[in-house]
Amino acid sequence: MGIIRASKLIYDYIRRDEDDHIEEVNRAIDNMTVDIQKGDFVAILGHNGSGKSTFAKQINGILLPTEGAVWISEMNTADDSHIWDIRKTAGMVFQNPDNQIIGNVVEEDVGFGPENMGIPTDEIWRRVDESLEKVGMTAYRLKSPNKLSGGQKQRVAIAGVMAMRPECIVLDEPTAMLDPNGRREVIATLHELNRKEGITILLITHYMEEVIDADRVIVMDDGRIVMDGTPREIFSRVSELKSYRLDVPQVTELAYELRQAGVVMPECVLTMDEMMACLLPLMKACYPETVRLEGDA
Amino acid sequence: MIREITLGQYYPIDSLLHRLDPRTKLFGTLIFIVSLFLANSVLAYVAATVFLFGCIRLSRVPFGFMVRGLRAVLVLLLISVSFNLFLTPGEPIVTIGFLKVTWEGLRMAGFMALRLIYLVIGSSVMTLTTTPNQLTDGLEKSLGFLKRVGVPVHEVSMMMSIALRFIPILVEETDKIMKAQMARGADFESGNLIRKAKAMVPLLVPLFISAFRRATDLAMAMEARCYHGGAGRTKMKPLRYAGWDRVAYGVLVAYIVAVVLLRV
Repeated sequence: MGIIRASKLIYDYIRRDEDDHIEEVNRAIDNMTVDIQKGDFVAILGHNGSGKSTFAKQINGILLPTEGAVWISEMNTADDSHIWDIRKTAGMVFQNPDNQIIGNVVEEDVGFGPENMGIPTDEIWRRVDESLEKVGMTAYRLKSPNKLSGGQKQRVAIAGVMAMRPECIVLDEPTAMLDPNGRREVIATLHELNRKEGITILLITHYMEEVIDADRVIVMDDGRIVMDGTPREIFSRVSELKSYRLDVPQVTELAYELRQAGVVMPECVLTMDEMMACLLPLMKACYPETVRLEGDA
Repeated sequence: MIREITLGQYYPIDSLLHRLDPRTKLFGTLIFIVSLFLANSVLAYVAATVFLFGCIRLSRVPFGFMVRGLRAVLVLLLISVSFNLFLTPGEPIVTIGFLKVTWEGLRMAGFMALRLIYLVIGSSVMTLTTTPNQLTDGLEKSLGFLKRVGVPVHEVSMMMSIALRFIPILVEETDKIMKAQMARGADFESGNLIRKAKAMVPLLVPLFISAFRRATDLAMAMEARCYHGGAGRTKMKPLRYAGWDRVAYGVLVAYIVAVVLLRV
């Protein structure tokens, strides 16, 4: 049994007119069944409107299923009596860093969650110190959040969730508003938390580069799961991904095109290093004078 | 241009007054204001002066910052002084046409001026030594008794501190929208007051929409972090009276007793 489990989950956005008559029903999630294991780094991919953000909000009970059910550590999100335990277990980080920081000082914001949970003061301080340390923001603890960069703000938001000692963190496009440096910063922090603290990470994104180091990739389209596997499995199906209006990492795409053109290439290339390892011998064969490989005398 | 707005006028240095509990400072300001209205003799004003200047010295804030607030009340000050000066009945000293300056008037005007000036400086001492956040915390704690009669004290103070957090963000946003509008030919500078006010409409509408959107997001983020009102909530930085606060309360009591005794 995984830490996050959804069974036959359906969610409809219902728009009503002034007299409460149903005007329009929009099915955001359509019969989704998924089981996410503790300690995994899972990425959910999908273009806009694929239902990935709606699914994120199902996980800590901000939205409740229209049909089907979601369990977090065997607690049903529809069960009102567990709602705070669920939110403690599955912390959430949102897209806009400005709109989720409550405190006027970094350390006060990190302490906000524990304050709400009714943790004694000494313990709050311990957790704040610890969480800031884990995301590498200790040096900024007395700064105003307004003075931080986007990536730093998102790290503060992650620290704020960590201070609640969650088992799992759900991030809804946390890097969408950041520059490339901020993006790298946040993703590296997430991998570290996953590796060192064993926190289950559910990263919702549409940047392919952020997905290649995940343990598992789930692709959503039109409210359904259409692909599910390791990054290598997923990215070897380039044409299928394209049919869901998704891109593949640039190196993967290049390798794919080269294979199409008849160059001998492995099934799936994910990183620049792999690409070099494949291409250099080929180039060496063509231009023996100009290309020199490591180990050549 | 609009970015330079700073809210509150906190003067960030370390002093004894800065370190006092915000509740002590709130209560002290209240006592000082009451004492100004009780004082009606020269000696009582001497006591108030000594107390106020003692506080200013302890706060280590430059005197210039203290009197800065006076500019705002200058007109009010002039009006009330001249009313008291000319319209108090009694023994006339100088008569200019129908205006008479009397001894009583002079005395009243002097007291009135001192009272207003001290009032402004006294509250400046508090705002200069207390961050807006500490003030909100202090207010929440000291008005806690109102909870029993159904006043949502915690919620109001939470709103105040969130407002403080979002002011710089919204100011920045205003700046951005303004520039975007100016890039498309909007004119915020020229024309009379009515034209200028009208030019603000295309600025305020997007600003409000974005503020509402931010509010929705923030509410969701707060709920996701288990916020459910003030009940059962603990504090990361609870207010605790320290030794100096007890001393300060002692000084305050001594001061108010002195002012009462020095009344005529």
